[in-house]
Order: sequence, then C-alpha cells, then structure tokens
Amino acid sequence: MSEENHHIVSYRTILGVLIVLIILTLLSVAITQIELSRWATIAALLIAGVKSTFVLFYFMHLKYDPKVFKRMALLIILLVFVVIFITMLDYVFR
Amino acid sequence: MAEEKQQDVQKSFMEETGGHKGIFKWILSTDHKRIGLLYLYSIMSWFFIGVTLGLLMKLELIAPGKTIIGAQAYNATFTVHGVIMIFLIVVPGLPAIFGNFFLPIQIGAKDVAFPKLNLLSWYIYVLGSILVVLSLFMGGGPPDTGWTFYAPYSFKTGTNMLPAVLGAFVLGFSSILTGLNFIVTIHRMRAPGMTWFKMPIFPWTLYGTGWIQLLATPVVGITLLMVLGERLFGIGFFDPAKGGDPILFQHLFWIYSHPAVYIMILPAMGVISEIIPTFSRKTIFGYKAIVASTMAIAFVGYFVWGHHMFTSGMSGTALFTFSILTFIVAIPSAIKVFNWVSTMYQGSISTEVPFMWAASFIFVFLVGGLSGLVLGALATNVHVHDTAFVVAHFHFIVFGGVGFSFFGAIHYWFPKMFGRMYDRSWARTGWVVFFIGFIALYGPMFYLGIKGMPRRYFDYLPEYHGPNIISSLGALTLVTGFLIIVINLFKSAKHGEKAPMNPWGGTNLEWQIPSPPPLENFDEIPTITKAPYKYD
Amino acid sequence: MSHVHRDDLGSKMGMWLFIFTELLLFGGLFITYAVYRSMHTQAFHLASEELDVTIGTINTVILLISSATVAMAITAIQKKNKKLSLAFIGTTILLAFIFLVNKYFEWGAKFEHGLFPGSDYLAELGYGDILFFGLYFFMTGLHAFHIIVGMVFLGFIFFRIKNDRITFDNFQLLENGGLYWHLVDLIWIFLFPLFYLVA
Repeated sequence: MSEENHHIVSYRTILGVLIVLIILTLLSVAITQIELSRWATIAALLIAGVKSTFVLFYFMHLKYDPKVFKRMALLIILLVFVVIFITMLDYVFR
Repeated sequence: MAEEKQQDVQKSFMEETGGHKGIFKWILSTDHKRIGLLYLYSIMSWFFIGVTLGLLMKLELIAPGKTIIGAQAYNATFTVHGVIMIFLIVVPGLPAIFGNFFLPIQIGAKDVAFPKLNLLSWYIYVLGSILVVLSLFMGGGPPDTGWTFYAPYSFKTGTNMLPAVLGAFVLGFSSILTGLNFIVTIHRMRAPGMTWFKMPIFPWTLYGTGWIQLLATPVVGITLLMVLGERLFGIGFFDPAKGGDPILFQHLFWIYSHPAVYIMILPAMGVISEIIPTFSRKTIFGYKAIVASTMAIAFVGYFVWGHHMFTSGMSGTALFTFSILTFIVAIPSAIKVFNWVSTMYQGSISTEVPFMWAASFIFVFLVGGLSGLVLGALATNVHVHDTAFVVAHFHFIVFGGVGFSFFGAIHYWFPKMFGRMYDRSWARTGWVVFFIGFIALYGPMFYLGIKGMPRRYFDYLPEYHGPNIISSLGALTLVTGFLIIVINLFKSAKHGEKAPMNPWGGTNLEWQIPSPPPLENFDEIPTITKAPYKYD
Repeated sequence: MSHVHRDDLGSKMGMWLFIFTELLLFGGLFITYAVYRSMHTQAFHLASEELDVTIGTINTVILLISSATVAMAITAIQKKNKKLSLAFIGTTILLAFIFLVNKYFEWGAKFEHGLFPGSDYLAELGYGDILFFGLYFFMTGLHAFHIIVGMVFLGFIFFRIKNDRITFDNFQLLENGGLYWHLVDLIWIFLFPLFYLVA
C-alpha cells in the first residue's frame, strides 16, 4: 500500500512549523516570568497543548493521514484527561 | 465426500514444520495457531501451580487455627496465587490462546498483522512468568503483600519483591503487544466483504480487549516501576514519611487493574456469544446491542476503579462518582445476559458440553455480577469490604466467568484445533463435578463474608468453621472435576475419534475449513456476503 | 507459499498504537505530578527555582529542531535525496546527544547540591521538595531513557537508508522512527513547563 505515502510535507512547511513552535516556547517562558502564578501555569499548559497540536498535525502527519488516526489520538487524549480529572476529584475534595 | 478428500490431501498446520525439527518447529514458529497452542501449554502449566497454591489455602482453612501452614506462609500463598492467576492465567488467557488461534480464521485472514511480534509476545510471556514463579523460591521468601502490592508495605516488606514485581512488569509488555497486534489485525485484515458489522462477536470482544490491554497496562507498568524506585532509591512517591500518599498507589494500581478485569471478561463473553447461537441453532439476538455493549464496557470500565478503594480514605465526591459509574458499567453486561437468553429462547437447543459450560457461565456470571452491585453500593461495601464476600464475588465472576468460558471454548473448538473429538461422557461428568465443586467452594464465602469473616487471614473464629468445611471440600471436588476434564482432553488429543470439519453445525468461518486447519487457513481468502450466525 | 502483501498503513497504525502506550505510561506520572502539585503548590513553586530555565529552554528548542530534522529526513527520502535524508537523520541523532549532555550537566549540578532521591538534604527541605525532585528525576530520567532508545532506533534507520533498504517508495520504517521521535518531543513539551516554568 505504498500509494498511501505520496503526500510530501514540504521543507517550507516543516520550517514554518518549527518557527511557530520556537516562538510559542519563548512565549511560554515569557508568560511565566510574570507574576500570574496559577494562571501562568494554565497559560503555559495551554501553549504546550497548542505546540503539541502542531507537532501532531504536521510533523506526525495527522493532518494528512486517514481519519482513523485522528480519531484514535483524540480518544486517547480524552481518556487521559478524564482519568486525571476523576483522580483529582479525590484529592481536591478531601 | 470431496471435503474429506481435501482434508486428507491438505497438510494440517501441525504437520508443517517450516524446515525446523523438534521443539524448534514450535518455538520458532510465527504461525498464529502454533503460538495459540504454545500459550495454551504454558498457561495450563502455570495454572497447576496456581491451583496448588489455592488448594493449600483451602486445606489451611478447613479448620480454625494453624492447620498446615502458618500466617507468613499463608500470606505468601495468597499473594503468589493471586499474581499467577491474574497476571499469568486470566489476563493473557483467552486472547492469547483462542484469540491467537481463531481471530485470523474468524475474519478470513491467514495470520495476524505482525506474526513475528506475536511470537515475541509469547517469549516475553515466558520470561515474565518464569520470574513470577521464581519468586516462590528466592531468598527472603515469596512476596506477602497480596497480588495488589499495596504501598507502603510493598516497599518495606523484607520478602522478595523484585522477581514478582519485575515479572508482572514484563508480562505487561506481552499483553500490550498482543492487544496491539489484534487491533491492527482487525482494522486491516478482514476478508473482503467483512464489514465491521459482519464480523462475529468474538473478534469484536478481542478488539475491545485489545484497546484495554494497550491503554491500561502501561499505567500499572509505571506504577510497578515507581514501587521499584521506592524500594531501591527511596524516592517517596508512596511513602507518607516523605510526603507520599499510599492512596495514590491504590489509584494508579486500580486504574489498570480494574480495566484488567474487562480484559478478562470481554473475550469470555465473546466465547459465550459464539457458543450459544451454535447450540441454539439460532442467530444471535441483538448483535448490534452486544457489539455496543462490548465497546461500552471497554470504555466506561476505565472510570470505575475507585470502587476497590471505598474504605481507603477517598473524598466523598470520589466515592459517589465511582459508585454511580460502577452501576452504569453493569448495564451493558446485563444487556448481554438478556441477549444470550433471548438467543436461546425458541431455539433448537443441543445440550452438548460446550453449551453446558455456556449456560452455567450465565448463572455464575449473574451471581458474581449481582454480588458486584452489593460491593458497588457504598453502604453495603463498608460491611463486606475485605471479607470473604469479596473473595466469593471475584471468584464467581472471574473464575466462573473466564474459567467456565475457557472450558466452554476448549470443548467447542477442540475438534477444530486438534482434529479429534473428545469423549463426551467424560466431558459431561467433568463439567458436573467441577460445577458442583465450584458452587460448594465459593458459595459459602458469600455467607461467611456477610457474617464478618475477613479475607487474607489464615485463621478464623470457630463460628465460621462449618461453611469453611463445605468450602474446602468443594475445593477438592472442583480439583477432581478439573482433573477429569484435563485428562479427558489430553487423551482425546492423541486418541480421540477424528473430527469432521463442522461437528457442531456452526456458521462462522472456522467451521468452513478443515480440522485441524491448514497452515494458511484458507486456500483462497473468502469473500463475505452474509452476516455471522445465520441459520435459515 | 503465498506472497505477503506489504501493509504500510498497518505498520503505521502499529506504531501509533505503541505511541499511545507511551502516552499512558507517562500519563501515570503526570497524574502523580498533578496530585502532588495540588497538595504542595507552594513548595513546587519554590523547588522549581532550583532548575535553570535557560538550559531548559535551550533543551526544548534542541528537541523541537530535532523533530523538524527527522521530519525533513522523510521529505528528503520522498524526494529521492538519499544523502540529504542521511544528513538529517544524523543531525537528529546529534541534537539528541547534545540534549543528553545538557541533561547530564543539569543532573550533575543537582547531585552536587545534595539534591537526589533519598538524600538527607532533600529530606530536610520537606515533603514538597522531596516529591518535586522525585518526580523531576524519575520523569526526566525515564524521558532520557526514551531518547537513548530513540537514538538507537534512528541509528538503525540510518543504516537502512544507507543500504537502500529504505527508499522513496519503501520508507514506512523511517516514518515510524519519526513518529517515535516526535513522541519523545511531545513528552518534553509538557515536562518543560511543568518543571521549569512553575516558579
């Protein structure tokens, strides 16, 4: 089934994504230098989430692959979130 | 008959050696059927050890006070019994044996997606299981923490934790790789025309199970690594003296170990869904509902783990969240029970031995499942937690569930796997003796638990003596039944009457190829047009 | 004996499934982090100040670049540029090595200050610090182990490309190696803010 792999991600796209990722990294460092305490962490994590999305979609090819891969990835992310959420229901409400 | 001639002419997979001699044609084979048999033989071997440990406990409990072993030995016995039964037998069990043998055949494929990875899974299984069994004999004494390895005791105990914990960790990889293999196989290798909803139920259950194996196992993997980290480096994750929380260990442990029970039961339910239509000569009732229930159990099963921890000290919010989710996850199982019974209704029932196992499965599974609701309700849980009631519950549902399903499966698929029929009389006798032993062994434990007899104790108050005698005699009866079954199957594998292609009148693909199957299962990959379980 | 049809998509799916197991493996540690951070929020803030944000940022950028280079290696092979592909893989491995060297110095500095699991100094600092650094060493250690495995995997792929076993129309193994490498990057994308940007 080698016809599946005919989509080529251009060097330009990869470089573009890399620049975005580096900018986001520097942004997250900058944001946490400000004394926002709890919000800073949430901001940093959100930025990490955005970075991950870029890595998943472009570097890991999810944008161009059959839908089943996106669905599986989404399911996993959902699962991890729900498990963390339920676990925190114990600790936060003790 | 033309089919018989073809059967004679075509070599069965057992006669194909791949150029190897002796044991190498087994341990170097990537044929899914041989690998299934390798798992069958290794799992059965360890089962004998697990049973012996169980019997040792029942003999100890036949009377109050020390009977044959004392407290320390008893603790080690229930620990290793649990580790063997859970990690070596029931978690790998049905997928590794019957999933390997029959998944490709039932979906019309020649093998699984990654045959070499499949063999590697078995090697890893052997390594992990040897480590676990070795823990019985190594210096320091076998582990005495219970198979649940609760912290902080698991990193403080002077007994030998490393081989058992490492063994369980290694076994996890085998489970993950098998799940991975089956998921890809089902996605990519179904025969032309076999859409998802034309797939039989057993592969569906293997699919759901595969996802649980894949996603839940790593969590116990990391947890076991953290325990080793505690033992070796004193990191502090679960040590209250360092700020750690022992309850966190329980969370992490059960985040895997609850879904693990669905790894056990989903394929078991799949087997029942195969057997009942065949011996009712009727199509399965509510195919889509059973499929939906399977996936629902797999999914919701991830979110109920806290019901093992109701008395541990969790928050009230966590308590009622887990309780409600536990009741919800029971619903799809109940749907399956209704559907199996509805399949039988107005069917043409044949009470062959596989059917007897399936029917009795429904009974014991029901008892086990309903007792699970008693445990899932917060108020009653407090009363029966850590008592013999829990032991009865999980033996009814796991041993009753997976065990009865295993016996059903082996008696159903034996003619296909070995090309011979077993002695039906002895098989029936084995079933009767086993079933009676099973009820006698575990039934009284419900009563004992409600009356307050704790679990994992080598001793008990005199008032519990009577039912304990019944239970221990039940154990001896069960083991007798088990021996009858096993000896019958052993002898029949060598000397039984040659079996035809379709002795039971089944409809799925495995009954349309010779017994035993040829190496590549099909001369030509079939094109599927019908839904499964169709009887006209 | 019939010919087994090559299934690249199946191979890719197998790799993705393996990646999911790794996400759940680290997931257990992220759960642990979330729990202990909620119990010792102040201490985690303070402990995080021991970590050097600059080195952390540099390492993050190094890994991001390495992700880009391995992606470019795939583009190169698809464009039949074997030499360029090899260069990109080599660069990826080199960047991984630099990451590890940085980590080595970071850890070294911590050990010198008496910050290591089970140390008396750590015990004196209190629960929050013990747990923060316990998680720090365990998680970055496990991550570093995955980097080493990744380097070996990429090294193996390097030789496959060199020997023309990976070509413009047969490169699923390279893609799979890339996927694994991106996973290592993804994990670090979350480790970085959680340990370095908490102060």
